[in-house]
Amino acid sequence: MKFLLLGIIVAATAVGEVLAAMGMRRHGEIRDFRPGALGRAAATLTRNRFVIGYVVCMAIPFFAFMRLLTITNLSYAVPATAATCALETVMAKYVLKEHVNWLRWAGAALVICGVTLVSL
Amino acid sequence: MSAETARLRAKTWICATVVVLSNVFGNFFLKRGMPASLPTPLAYIAALFQPWVALGVLLLITWMLSRMTLLSWADLSYVLPVTSIGYVLVALVGKLFLHEEISLKRWAGIVLIMAGVALVGAGSSVQTAPRSQEPAR
Repeated sequence: MKFLLLGIIVAATAVGEVLAAMGMRRHGEIRDFRPGALGRAAATLTRNRFVIGYVVCMAIPFFAFMRLLTITNLSYAVPATAATCALETVMAKYVLKEHVNWLRWAGAALVICGVTLVSL
Repeated sequence: MSAETARLRAKTWICATVVVLSNVFGNFFLKRGMPASLPTPLAYIAALFQPWVALGVLLLITWMLSRMTLLSWADLSYVLPVTSIGYVLVALVGKLFLHEEISLKRWAGIVLIMAGVALVGAGSSVQTAPRSQEPAR
């Protein structure tokens, strides 16, 4: 059950975050942090289909995570879900076409090794 | 480092701090208020109205919004390792406030995560290409 929930969380989070990155890239950099400007940005984002997809995708891992918290410790549940890092770095390179240099690969690899140790 | 790069880096670190703290404490409050079991779908909904869980959800909404803001200028492959420090902080919060056991293996993992974060944070630019500043219509 634990690993099924982790699988659902990892897959849905990875897809959701890639959608968020696509949506926010399409929106452009947020520079104005005054409440009115943030409200206008939020209104624009509600019409962004990638952002809507992100919110829908993140609802799935949220409820799966709630269930996971009833059967495991917090210090296990959160680090174990960091397996998304690996999947998302690959998706960032091949779906979002980001320039992932060797430092980012090395950093992501260290994070993944660390997360594996934390979740053992 | 140009002024634009410095501005972007400072903005990134401020936003990343909000992302990390809202995630860590959001998850902590969620765990604190979570009932021992969730037998029915209705139990999930009822749990959302527990005060600690509601506070956790509020912080996780903050996390989602701040992460989206960060992604409006920073690469996903940059944001991922930089915000991974949250995994370390969650383990510490679990130990300090929920009295969970952290083995030597977990501490070793925490050190590796911090090394990974430092490597990405110090050694690469925030974005692959400059983003537009105007919202798309």
